[in-house]
Amino acid sequence: MRKISRREFIKYAGLGVAALSLLGSVGRGGPVFSQGTVGALPKLRRAKETRSICAYCGCGCGLIVYSEDNRVVYVEGDPDHPINEGSMCPKGIALSDANTIVNWQHRRQLNPRRITKVLYRAPGSTCWEEKDWDWALKEIAKRIKATRDATFEEKDEKGVTVNRTQAIAHLGSASLDNEENYLIHKFLRSLGVINIDHHARL
Amino acid sequence: MTNHFIDYKNSDVVMVIGANPAENHPQAMKWILRGKAERGTKLIVVDPRFTKTAAHADIYAPIRPGTDIAFLLGIINYALEHNLYFHDYVVNYTNASFLVDPNFKFEDGLFSGATTKDGQFVYDPTTWQYQKDKDGKIKRDPTLQDPNCVFQVLKRFVSRYDIKTVCRVTGTPEDVYRQVCELYCSTGRPDKAGNIVYAMGITQHTYGSQNVRAVAILQLLLGNIGIAGGGINAQRGESNVQGSTDMAMLYHLLPGYLSCPDATRHPTLKDYLEKETPKTSFWSNTPKFLISQLKAWFGAKATPENEFCYQWLPKLDGKEHSHMAIFQSMAEGKIKGFFAWGQNPAVGGPAAEPTRKAMEKLDWLVVVDLFETETAAFWRRPGADPRKIKTEVFFLPAAFSYEKEGTVSNSGRWIQYRWKAVDPPGDAKSDLWIVDRLFKAVREEYRKGGRFPEPILNMVWDYDAPGSEEPDINKVALEINGYEVDTGKPLPGFAKLTNTGSTACGCWIYAGYWYPDPDLGVVAAKRRDRTDKTGLGLYPKWSFAWPANRRIVYNRCSCDPSGRPWDPARALVYWDGSKWVTFDVPDFGAKDLATGAEIPPEKSAQNPFIMVPEGVGRLFGAQYGPRAAALKDGPLPEHYEPIESPVRNLMSKQQNNPLAKIYQGEGAARGKPEKYPYILTTHRLVEHYQSGAVTRNSPWLTELMPEMFVGISPRLAAKLGIKPGDRVVVLTARGKVYGRASVLPTLQPLKVDGKEVEVVALPWHWGYQGMAPGDSANVVTALFGDPNTFIPEYKALLCDVRKA
Repeated sequence: MRKISRREFIKYAGLGVAALSLLGSVGRGGPVFSQGTVGALPKLRRAKETRSICAYCGCGCGLIVYSEDNRVVYVEGDPDHPINEGSMCPKGIALSDANTIVNWQHRRQLNPRRITKVLYRAPGSTCWEEKDWDWALKEIAKRIKATRDATFEEKDEKGVTVNRTQAIAHLGSASLDNEENYLIHKFLRSLGVINIDHHARL
Repeated sequence: MTNHFIDYKNSDVVMVIGANPAENHPQAMKWILRGKAERGTKLIVVDPRFTKTAAHADIYAPIRPGTDIAFLLGIINYALEHNLYFHDYVVNYTNASFLVDPNFKFEDGLFSGATTKDGQFVYDPTTWQYQKDKDGKIKRDPTLQDPNCVFQVLKRFVSRYDIKTVCRVTGTPEDVYRQVCELYCSTGRPDKAGNIVYAMGITQHTYGSQNVRAVAILQLLLGNIGIAGGGINAQRGESNVQGSTDMAMLYHLLPGYLSCPDATRHPTLKDYLEKETPKTSFWSNTPKFLISQLKAWFGAKATPENEFCYQWLPKLDGKEHSHMAIFQSMAEGKIKGFFAWGQNPAVGGPAAEPTRKAMEKLDWLVVVDLFETETAAFWRRPGADPRKIKTEVFFLPAAFSYEKEGTVSNSGRWIQYRWKAVDPPGDAKSDLWIVDRLFKAVREEYRKGGRFPEPILNMVWDYDAPGSEEPDINKVALEINGYEVDTGKPLPGFAKLTNTGSTACGCWIYAGYWYPDPDLGVVAAKRRDRTDKTGLGLYPKWSFAWPANRRIVYNRCSCDPSGRPWDPARALVYWDGSKWVTFDVPDFGAKDLATGAEIPPEKSAQNPFIMVPEGVGRLFGAQYGPRAAALKDGPLPEHYEPIESPVRNLMSKQQNNPLAKIYQGEGAARGKPEKYPYILTTHRLVEHYQSGAVTRNSPWLTELMPEMFVGISPRLAAKLGIKPGDRVVVLTARGKVYGRASVLPTLQPLKVDGKEVEVVALPWHWGYQGMAPGDSANVVTALFGDPNTFIPEYKALLCDVRKA
């Protein structure tokens, strides 16, 4: 069988023939049995295993995250998980990329595209500045207060108590955990925000 | 989803309409294939594109984008004409026998009650109600013969959707469509299960809610709701979009699907409870849900004397504040501060360019994300001059899913725990940490004074974990789950909630998710027990499925009125003559809560749909009191054309949904078929996730799928002289996008009323940031929305294509 080189493959993928990439991701229906996962690959024997759930679509697949020295080194499907039974789609299997990638020297390093500092862009500025959390939280809190206090409506035109501000809006997020969304919701309603929406609307 | 992914293996027929699981939910596809391999499940795929899912179909039915109602109503008509519906189910478990107001009419594409209010078309739904006798009880005709009974009203209504007419509208070949009707209607029997799987192909239309209604009517008629292998299964696109919806990251809701207070309807707590609490259905417990939520939020400050601090909640102004409305207000300068918290509207929202421009009007923008998204970088996007943009931008670096801990809810409502693997890199922090610190910083400011500081100063916010930087996830989760106010003990479920203030509960539908499992010694959401007694894949001790750990909702409908399972091989619950045997958590009164006595099946047969006040499934979406309002655009789904369409509506002279929401500005510009002759649709790819905010920063995925492309049929390519790989431009009334031509036979022209119509397909994952930038498809999408949900019409627009 003629093998498709990676370069050719990418060419086809760009033309929408990426169906090929799915071949490995959809099982043919046969059962998958848990083999036990510890040390599935010899090089992972030292790694810490953590059970997680995929961050992408709504299937809720289980995965095992392998980490060493506080960095993710590998992700695989959790064979014990009843939904995905150990298999993963091409997107899910690439989850480790959000934390570390393999660089041109074939070494694993932090994904250099991750933002790891608080950034600030001043009005009219052409660049970001690095800041610390204390500064940013305080400054944002001041902005929230200034906007809220300038626009707060205690009563509407009919005299009904409404306690709201319409000058602050929030979007997000279907990518956050339940507990995070719950606290963000409480935070926003405590301010009187009514402009709240997110992915579910789209 | 009424059911869950593993349950797909129990279906006899799966109809995928408006979804592409092989690409977008690959593990869901696995369960369809498992059914095919193990029980011979038949797969019908209805899609304008011959997708990877369609490649596995027994019947592939091409359809013109935006004609799903015609397609589904035609199947309903076929079932009624050929007596293929499930009679006993329909008579007992739906409103088929209910009598409708004799003044209810449908003429010329409009329902009775059409009128105008403030210059806008609206319906007065008075005639969309049931007839009642002198005691106020709904009149019924169990013989289904009365001309005003729902069954006859529906039958007359769908009789116009015969196979020939449907195929003229949808472009589906008649012989293929007939096969679909025959195969899908074969599930209208007690021993067969039909499953409808949908996603954004059904919802992203100016009649998306009515599309869903059409799915529901078909499933009810065939007796496919509440059974294993059946259901209406909306596959959701993000790992926690179910949970974020449950937590009400939506303007019109509070957590647990409680309405956000509205100034006109709910000025006081008393008004709220009166207007929001129906006399029957499970929603009659609304006071317990809301008051327990107010106790969770305001603690000891919330007392019966002060309306449990109800007035500390903001109230809506009667206007909508959805995504498109928010950006409209932002463009008008009314919004000064904006959080884009784990969302990238500069790529993901409709009419992307006006969206980006609107952010220039802000005083401040806070972006919380992993990478520098298009939203974060809007001020230095191509064509913008940063020096002229006055918006202050704060970027707060967040943690990825495995760099923190917490729960996410999948489409099947399973609330699953994610353990933390590593610390977030550098100064990045979990979103829990960020909101905790931000709230505390704001509270600090208000300690010095400010307008109406009470809710900020008094909000229950006590999540510190001694010796840890991170807030204590257990404390947050316990509050969501609910606890006894006096003892702080977690509640086992929402049945224990009170309206007196003795219980606190942040989100009533999650009650029980943080309750310790007595056998496994962990809270329910952390359970990983693979016991599956029935072999149906219910896995009752794996995580926790809301509500009440119920895996298949409406499961009373899996038995006949006397409690015998319709199909013993798929039994979820049954009455053994003296008690209920339950493999799933009953979705009905099985036991008296006070005495523990068994409740015989005759009683629950009266109201197998406990969430609606009628107690039965709604074939006709009547106007029926609190939490049972009709959709704004009618009690039955009717076919209208998309706002931009190449053809006239064949079903009536009413071209579009008269209530379609059309917004303002350049993003709402409407193209005519003379100038934009091809249908434009948008879709996703397995290699990327939504706006690509994460996946376009992944070297592996970017390498797999590096570049924006434009799908066109070989016939159209030949006509326009376009070769595969050529650079082409797609133009709409809103703008243009460039991409490479992908010319594949997966797209074919459709024959619509004798005329050939081409479909152009755009993936929408790209933007100007990331490792492999590309044009955003949403530059050419529009600000047209559904009148009930305000979802944008992403799936059916008009465009032109040229070689660039």
